[in-house]
Amino acid sequence: MKLTIERTVYHAMLKAARRAAPLEACGLCGGKDGRVTQFYELTNADASAEHFGMKPEEQFAAIKDMRAKGIRMLAIWHSHPASPARMSEEDLRLAYTPGVIYLILSLLKPGKPDLRGFVLNGGNPDEISIVVGQ
Amino acid sequence: MRLFINGEAAEAPDGTAVTELLKLRRVSQPDMVTVELNGEILERKTFDTKVLKEGDRVEFLYFMGGGSR
Repeated sequence: MKLTIERTVYHAMLKAARRAAPLEACGLCGGKDGRVTQFYELTNADASAEHFGMKPEEQFAAIKDMRAKGIRMLAIWHSHPASPARMSEEDLRLAYTPGVIYLILSLLKPGKPDLRGFVLNGGNPDEISIVVGQ
Repeated sequence: MRLFINGEAAEAPDGTAVTELLKLRRVSQPDMVTVELNGEILERKTFDTKVLKEGDRVEFLYFMGGGSR
């Protein structure tokens, strides 16, 4: 499985993560046919360096905007400002949404951001291929 | 009756409450779902008693959160 992320979207994610650090940032990714074309930065209601929670009103607004644009939610994104790009125990426990990709952008190495994607398979994370392209 | 669920037209029996609708939609963890009815987010405590009407627009999504630990 592969997810392509348009370069502008990737840079928007990176900008959001760096701006929010040391707190976690979060957002939703919309697109179609395995290609993310739209990034929605959402408020981290937890305002925490170790947790994130999205505001439902912002989630609904993003989903409706995707619908209006003819795309759908492909991925749920958040940053790990000071830990690796892997699904933590809490990420796994709170991964309720079926059929989406979970994207994590790690800033652990500031000069080398690490974006990884996972799908859940029986509650376990399977890493997928992420391609940043035009 | 006809509803619009997550933007799509769908049928549900007359008198369906939000909790029943979530069951009909096979929502496995309704406690982790937020429901919006005609643009207003519902309080969870009303899910059992809020009966839907013809033409209602219902949106629902799961809580989205996590952490780095």
